Amino acid sequence: MKNRFDVITIGGSAGSLLVLTDILDIVPHHLAAPVIIVLHRLRNVQSEMGRLLSSKRRIIEPEDKEPVREHSIYLAPQNYHLMVEAEKTFMLDYSELVNYSRPSIDMTFSSIADVYGARALGILLSGANKDGAAGLCQIIAAGGVGIVQDPQTAAFEAMPQSAIAMCDGVQILSIEDIKKIIIGET
Amino acid sequence: MKEVISNADFLDIINIVKLQYGYDFTGYAQASVKRRLLRFMGHMRLDTAFELKHRLVNDQDVFSRLMQYITVNVTEMFRDPGFYRSLREQVIPKLAAYPNIKIWHAGCSTGEEVFSMAILLQEAGLLSRTKIYATDLNPSNLERAAAGILPLDNMKDFTQNYIQSGGLADFSNYYTARYDNVLIKKELRRHIAFFQHNLVTDTVFNEFQLICCRNVFIYFNRDLQNSVLRLFFDSLSSRGYLAMGLKETMRFADIHGKFETVHAYHKIYRRKE
Repeated sequence: MKNRFDVITIGGSAGSLLVLTDILDIVPHHLAAPVIIVLHRLRNVQSEMGRLLSSKRRIIEPEDKEPVREHSIYLAPQNYHLMVEAEKTFMLDYSELVNYSRPSIDMTFSSIADVYGARALGILLSGANKDGAAGLCQIIAAGGVGIVQDPQTAAFEAMPQSAIAMCDGVQILSIEDIKKIIIGET
Repeated sequence: MKEVISNADFLDIINIVKLQYGYDFTGYAQASVKRRLLRFMGHMRLDTAFELKHRLVNDQDVFSRLMQYITVNVTEMFRDPGFYRSLREQVIPKLAAYPNIKIWHAGCSTGEEVFSMAILLQEAGLLSRTKIYATDLNPSNLERAAAGILPLDNMKDFTQNYIQSGGLADFSNYYTARYDNVLIKKELRRHIAFFQHNLVTDTVFNEFQLICCRNVFIYFNRDLQNSVLRLFFDSLSSRGYLAMGLKETMRFADIHGKFETVHAYHKIYRRKE
């Protein structure tokens, strides 16, 4: 079966860490699509977030102009916005906070919608603000697929709920079903 | 933000700015400039790229305001405290060997990181024989920087950063607070010259033992990064230092073989002979 997505991007904030590690645990090594994660995190504190997220897989915090590679999992570095440029390289951005956040999920999702169009899968997890909702809607508008964690199972429902309220076509799924979609890509 | 800027519109806008106002953004990273143009259109309530072009052609004031939106004016004192600790420990002591120290801060925005550098030099006893050349593309940033006035609200965070960078003095000694602002002490600012320099079009203007250019490269495409790195190489004395932003890398640059790495994480490099 031909793969449906060229990129999988996941955004999360408060209450998303455990869910995210749970999802990353099943990301198969032979999954070609790069996984790009944006998590709200503390500024100016050097953290071991990559190692926290997965003990099995290497999580890369990309540097500016690094090519987006298949079979790789990326995490937006703290205190920078992460975007993808048309030639599928990463671009870091140190501009104003967006939705009180840097990295902002909206910024990453929006650039992915521009570059990958219908070949993008966006997943928005638990969170206490609305960052990511507009970006998820852009992914859907560009023909891609936008999924939120079922707000009833989310520790903080504001983030998935905002996306559901903002546009049509958002799929509401349990974490188990989200995992099935990711595994289905291999 | 529902407006759309097509690639053709984008190139038109970049061209108008270049031909009419002399600022060349051709080599900037597109994703970022496009996003900032859209923000500007939202702010100005312009619904189409055509309106933006029309206003830009006919109204110089619109361009001045656009500059504030295109250039990124976000900065902090002692931003990335660990980086400043490395400067303190690994670079500043080496600068002490020079009778006259010359430092270039390229893309200094409103000056916060330049003042931080002046504090490091002061604490190392070197400021009196140092000249810091601080440049930026945006004249209104430079005006603010030269005034040396910062909002008081930020000082709590900056003090934290300062302490984390290994600072041992009372940070409040470096400024005078009045109402909602602080004024950076004159004795620190006396050694700094702020002036306009465009990394895209301007050339070498002096020789430096240290060039700081942090979180500027990220806004450039790879070609422009290469040419600016060449400019820095040519502006450094032999064995001079170059400091970049934490997520900026020389790995993909043509010229990287001419630098050695001093600190891989804090992105401090040194010109080979």
